[in-house]
Amino acid sequence: MPNIKVQVNSKEYTREVEPRLLLSDFLRHELGLTGTHVGCEHGVCGACTVLLGGEAVRSCLMLAVQVDGQELTTVEGLAGADGTLHPIQAAFREAHGLQCGFCTPGILMTLVPFLREHPSPNEDDIRHALSGNLCRCTGYHNIVAAARLAAEKMTSSKSA
Amino acid sequence: MKPPPFEYHVADSVDQALSLLADYGDEAKPLAGGQSLIPLLNFRLARPAALIDLNHIDALQGITRAPDGGIRVAAMTRQRALERNALVRQFAPLVVETMPHVAHPQIRNRGTVGGSLAHAEPAAELPAVMITLGARLHLRSKRTERWLTADEFFTGLFATALQTGELLTTVEIPAVPERTGYAFEEVARRHGDFALLGVAASVTVDETGVCRDARITLVNPGAGAERMQRAASSLVGRPIDDAAARAAGEIAAADLTATGDVHASPAYRRQLARVLTRRTLLRAYDRGRASR
Amino acid sequence: MSTRQFGQRVLRTEDPRLLRGEALFIDDLSFPDMLHVAIVRSMHAHARLLRVDVAGVRAHPGVTAVYTADDLGALMKPGPVLVPPPPIPGSTFNARTQTPLAKGKLRFVGEPIAVIVASSRYVAEDAAELVVVDADPIDAVVDLDAALAPNAPLVHDDLPSNMAAHVAQRRGDYAKARESAARVIQRRFRYDRGAAAAIENRGVIANWDARTSELTVWDTTQAPIPVRNALASSFSLSESQVRVIAPYIGGGFGPKIMFYPEELLIPWIAMQLGRPIKWIEDRSENFVGTTQEREQIHDAEIAVDKDGRILGIRDSFLHDTGAYDPYGLTVPINAQCTLLGPYEVPAYESEFTVVFTNKTIVTPVRGAGRQHGVFVMERLLDFAAKELGLTAVEIRRRNYIPPNAFPYNYEILYQDMAPLTYDSGNYQPALEQAIKLVEYDRFVEEQPKLRAEGRHLGIGVVSYVEGTGIGPYEGARVRVDPNGSVTLATGVGTQGQGHFTSFAQIVADQLGLAPTDVRVVTGDTREMHWGTGTFASRGAVVAGSATHAAAMRVREKVVRLASELFEAAPDDIVLDGGRAYVRGSPSRAISLGELAQKANPLRGAVRPGTEPGLEATSYFGPERGSTANGVHAMVVEVDPETANVRILRYVVAHDCGNVINPLIVEGQIHGGVALGIGNAFYEKLSYDGNGQLTSASFMDYLLPTALEVPPIETVHIETPSPLNPLGMKGVGEAGAIPVAAAFAQAVENALARPGFEILEIPLSPSRLYELLEAARQEPRAR
Repeated sequence: MPNIKVQVNSKEYTREVEPRLLLSDFLRHELGLTGTHVGCEHGVCGACTVLLGGEAVRSCLMLAVQVDGQELTTVEGLAGADGTLHPIQAAFREAHGLQCGFCTPGILMTLVPFLREHPSPNEDDIRHALSGNLCRCTGYHNIVAAARLAAEKMTSSKSA
Repeated sequence: MKPPPFEYHVADSVDQALSLLADYGDEAKPLAGGQSLIPLLNFRLARPAALIDLNHIDALQGITRAPDGGIRVAAMTRQRALERNALVRQFAPLVVETMPHVAHPQIRNRGTVGGSLAHAEPAAELPAVMITLGARLHLRSKRTERWLTADEFFTGLFATALQTGELLTTVEIPAVPERTGYAFEEVARRHGDFALLGVAASVTVDETGVCRDARITLVNPGAGAERMQRAASSLVGRPIDDAAARAAGEIAAADLTATGDVHASPAYRRQLARVLTRRTLLRAYDRGRASR
Repeated sequence: MSTRQFGQRVLRTEDPRLLRGEALFIDDLSFPDMLHVAIVRSMHAHARLLRVDVAGVRAHPGVTAVYTADDLGALMKPGPVLVPPPPIPGSTFNARTQTPLAKGKLRFVGEPIAVIVASSRYVAEDAAELVVVDADPIDAVVDLDAALAPNAPLVHDDLPSNMAAHVAQRRGDYAKARESAARVIQRRFRYDRGAAAAIENRGVIANWDARTSELTVWDTTQAPIPVRNALASSFSLSESQVRVIAPYIGGGFGPKIMFYPEELLIPWIAMQLGRPIKWIEDRSENFVGTTQEREQIHDAEIAVDKDGRILGIRDSFLHDTGAYDPYGLTVPINAQCTLLGPYEVPAYESEFTVVFTNKTIVTPVRGAGRQHGVFVMERLLDFAAKELGLTAVEIRRRNYIPPNAFPYNYEILYQDMAPLTYDSGNYQPALEQAIKLVEYDRFVEEQPKLRAEGRHLGIGVVSYVEGTGIGPYEGARVRVDPNGSVTLATGVGTQGQGHFTSFAQIVADQLGLAPTDVRVVTGDTREMHWGTGTFASRGAVVAGSATHAAAMRVREKVVRLASELFEAAPDDIVLDGGRAYVRGSPSRAISLGELAQKANPLRGAVRPGTEPGLEATSYFGPERGSTANGVHAMVVEVDPETANVRILRYVVAHDCGNVINPLIVEGQIHGGVALGIGNAFYEKLSYDGNGQLTSASFMDYLLPTALEVPPIETVHIETPSPLNPLGMKGVGEAGAIPVAAAFAQAVENALARPGFEILEIPLSPSRLYELLEAARQEPRAR
C-alpha cells in the first residue's frame, strides 16, 4: 500500500493508504477529522468540500493517494486554537445560517476562497458561489445573509 | 458507494503514461481531474484494473500561443485555469462565456479540459464548444501520434476516436477570423447542471454585415454534440435578422437527433434547439458586426 | 429582572460546536474492533425470491459474517404497524409490514435481502457483489389506476387486491349542496413522489456489552424512545437494558421517524458477534431504502354559489403507500383533513383508497400529505374564481372561517384520532399582510405593462392550515446541579430545529438565567425514559410545554427553599442571573448551585412530602393538535419559449401562535419553502414501468440550490393556542405545504393562456412546455 505524507490544518500526517480510499474517508476515518461530512459520494452535495492548496475541492471525488505531498485545510482548521470562531463561522451563527449543521462545513470551506477573491460580493455572486452546495434545512436565505455578513466582518477587520 | 479495488500508478511524464497505457491496454483508465471518473468508480459503474494518474505531468499543464496564431491548451489544464486565462479571454471568448455553465467552482478546480473532452459526456458543454471553434486535438500513443479535428474526435455518446493506448495531450484552438462573433446559451434544470440542451454558435460576417460563415453546435440533443450544418448554411450570404435566425432555428429543430430522458422530452429538446439557436445566432451576429 | 427570553431572537447555543466541526454525527463515531456493514438490496421491483447464495461471500478476505432471512430465527416476523389507523367507522385497513430481510418475495427495489459484516465498508461492498440472488421477476405494480384493475399482479398474494385501505368521511350533505350550486368545478389532480433527501443519510451503530448486559445503539432516528422500546421488546430485554442515542442528526424531514429493518438488524448482529457494528447508509441506498413522499391522484369537485362561497367539496383519491403500510393512514388522512384549509366548507364528502405498489414505502415527509390536500383545494378555488370573474385573493377572503367561530369543529376525524377541530385562528390578517408585503395591488397594475414589453410575470396567493403539535405527550426533566448548571432533558430527538436553544429559553425564563446557562440533552433514552419523538410539527409545542411545566416546578422548589433561607415570602423571591434574592436586596443573594447543595444535604433529613434536589419531571399531552395557518404569495417570471420559471419574490405571512424564537421560526419557514419549491418544480422520483427508480442520484433528483430559491420575506402573526400554557403552535412543516399551489397559480397567471391549467406536481420545464403545447393545439372549450 502506498505511503502518503500530507499537511492538514498545518499538521503533518504520514499514513499508509489503499489506492481506492477516498480523500473524504481518509480525512474522517484515518485522521479522525470528522468535521468534513459526506452526503452523496458523487460530487453533487458539496458537504465534503475541503481546501486543497487553498482551493475548494470535493473530497469525495479525490483519492487519498492523490494528495501525497500536498496541503489541505478542513473545517477544523478555521477556528482559532482557543476555539474563537473564524469570522465566517461567527457570521453563520449571528445570521442563523445553519440548522442541522451537516452541510455547513462544506459551505464554510466553499466560502473561504470565494470571500478571499470577492471581498465585497453582491447577493448574486454569493448565490452563484453557493450553488455547488446543497442545504436542505435553511432555504439558503440565511446562508446568503451570513456570507454577506462575513464579508463585512472581514473587510472591516482588514481596514481597521 | 466505495470504489472497487484498483492499482494506482503516478505517471511523471507523457511517455511513462503512454507506456503504462500500452501495458494495461483496455484495463487501465487515465485519471485526469477525476470529476466524472471517481463518481463512476463510487457507483461501481467503472472497474478499471488500474488508474494512471496524469496529475503530475508538467508537460500536460498550461496554455500557450500556437504557431499559427491560435492557442494551445494542454490536456491536464484545469477548467478553472482555462476560464481565468488571459489568452483564452483574448482568443477564445466563447470558452469564457461557456465555462460558468460547467458544473461548479469546486468541480472546475479539479476538472480538466482534456478529461472532459475524452469523457465525451453528451450533455457536457466543452465538446460542442471545441467543435464550434474548429479545435484540433493531439492524440498520442506509445508508437503513434495524430491530430484530429474536434468533428472527427467526437463519435457519439461517451464515444471518441481515442484508440486503446492513446492519450489526448493537447487541444489547439485556431485563431478566430476577423469579424467573428460567438455566443453560448443553454437551458439546464439548475445552474451548473448538465445542459438539457445548449447551443454554441459562431458567425463570421463581412464588412457589409453579410454572414460569410456560421457554425452551430448543439449540446446534448441526444447523441452527443451535434453540428447543425444545414441550419448554418442557410445563413451564409445574407445578413442575419430575426427571420433568418428564426428560420435557422426551425431547421435545427427539424434536424437534430432528439431523444428523451427523465428531464426533457424529444419535443422539448427540439423547442430548445429552435429557441436557443435563434437567440445565440442573433447575439453572435451582433458581436461579429461589432468586432473590428 | 432579566428580559424575558421567550419571543427573543436568541442566537443558537448549539452553533459553535456545529460550526467548528465538533458536533458528533453518527458516522463520526468509531470504536476499536468495530465492524462495518453493507446491505444487499433487491434490484427487482417485484419478483419471486428463489434463492440467496452467500457461499462465495464467507470466504472473502475481511468478511466476518453474512446473514440472510434464514439466519434470523425469531427475528423473521413482520415489523410493527407504528401508527394504528384512527377508528373511522366503515374503514378498511390491511396491515402489511416488512420482515427484516426479504424471504419468498421481493416487493420493491431496495428491499434488504442480505447483510454483510466486514472489516471495512469497502470490503463489505466488495463482498456484497458476490452474493447471488436468484429471483424470478413478476410484472411490477407501478401505476395507481392499473394497480386496482381486476387482473393486476398482487403485491401481497394473500390479499384479494392491491387495496391497502379505504376510508370515507363526510360532513353535511354534499349532494344537496351540489344541487343548489351556481357552479360545480371538477378536475383530476396528480401529485407525484418526492424524497426527503436529508443531506445526512441514515445510520445505526450498536454495541452489546455482555458484562453489563446492556445494548447501546446510536441511531439517526427522530424517535429514539420508540426505537428503544421496539428493540427491548424484540430482544426480550428490559427497556432499561437498552439505550438509544440520537446524536446530532443531519436533517430528518420525516423518514427518520420510521423503524427500519436496519435498526433491528444492526443491534441484533452486535449481540450475535459481541462487537460494535456500524452501518452508514449511502446515497444510493437512501434513494430506495429510505421512505419517500406520497403519490396521490385526486378526483375532486367544488360546488360554489354565485358569489364564490363554498357550498361543498367532493373528493375521491388514490394514495400510493408503496410495498407496505407501516405508518397506518397518517398521510392520506392528513391530505383528507388538510384539504379543508382555513375555509368554511359546509358539506364535505371525501373517500380515499390506499394502494400497494412495488415502490419504496411511503411514510410522512415534511408536510406529510397536507400539501396534497392544500393543492387540490387551492386549485379548485382558483378555477372557481376564474369562472366567477373573481380574483384569487377575493374568493379566499369570502370563504375564511371568521375569527369568532373558534374552536371550529369539522366533525371528521384527524390523524391524532381526535375530531378535526381548529383551536384558534384569525385568517384574514395573514392574507392582508401577505398581499401588502408582496405589493399585490401594484403588481396587478404593472402586469399588463410588463406583458406588453414581452415579459410574462405572474402572481400566486394561497392559504393553508396545518394541524400541528399533536399528542400523545412528551416529557421533560429540569435539574439544577450543585455547580449551578441547569440541565434539561427531553425525549424528543433533534435534527436542526434549534431545540437546544428554544427549550433553553423556556427554562431560562423560569429560573432567571441566560439560555446559554441551560444545557439541553435530547434524544438519549437514558436521560428521559418516556416520550415519542420529533414529528408532525410537535417538538416545540409538546416537549416545549413539558419543559415549561418542569421548569416551573423547579422554580417553585428554588423559591420555596430560598424563601425559607431568607425568611421571606415566596412572592418576594427574585431569580436572576443564576441567583436568588429577596426583592430589593440583590446584594444578599444565594446562587442556584448553593441552593442545589442545600436541597441535597449529606446529613439531616429530607422532610416527608418533599424530594431531594432541585429537580422536576413533567409531562404534557395536548387534548388535540393546535392549528397553525398562513398565506404564501409568490411572483414568478416565465419564459414562454423555454418554459423556464424564475421565482422573483416569495412572501410568507404565517401564524404559529406565540413564537419562542423568531430567528428559528423564520429559518424553519425558509427551509420549508425551499423544499416546497423543489417539490413543485425540481424534484421528481421517476419510476419506469418496471418499478425501477430512474432518478436515483443527486444528478437526476434535483434539490434546489441557492440559485433556485429566492430570498424569502416573512411576517409573523400571533394567535395564541388555548391548548397549551405558552400559546404555541407548530411550524416545522408549514413552509413546505402551500408552495406547489402558489407556484401553479403564479405560473398560470403569468402565461394566461386559454385552456392552460396546472393540475399536477411536480412540474418541469419540459412538462410545462408539453402542457402549453397541448393548450395551444386544443384550448379547452369553456
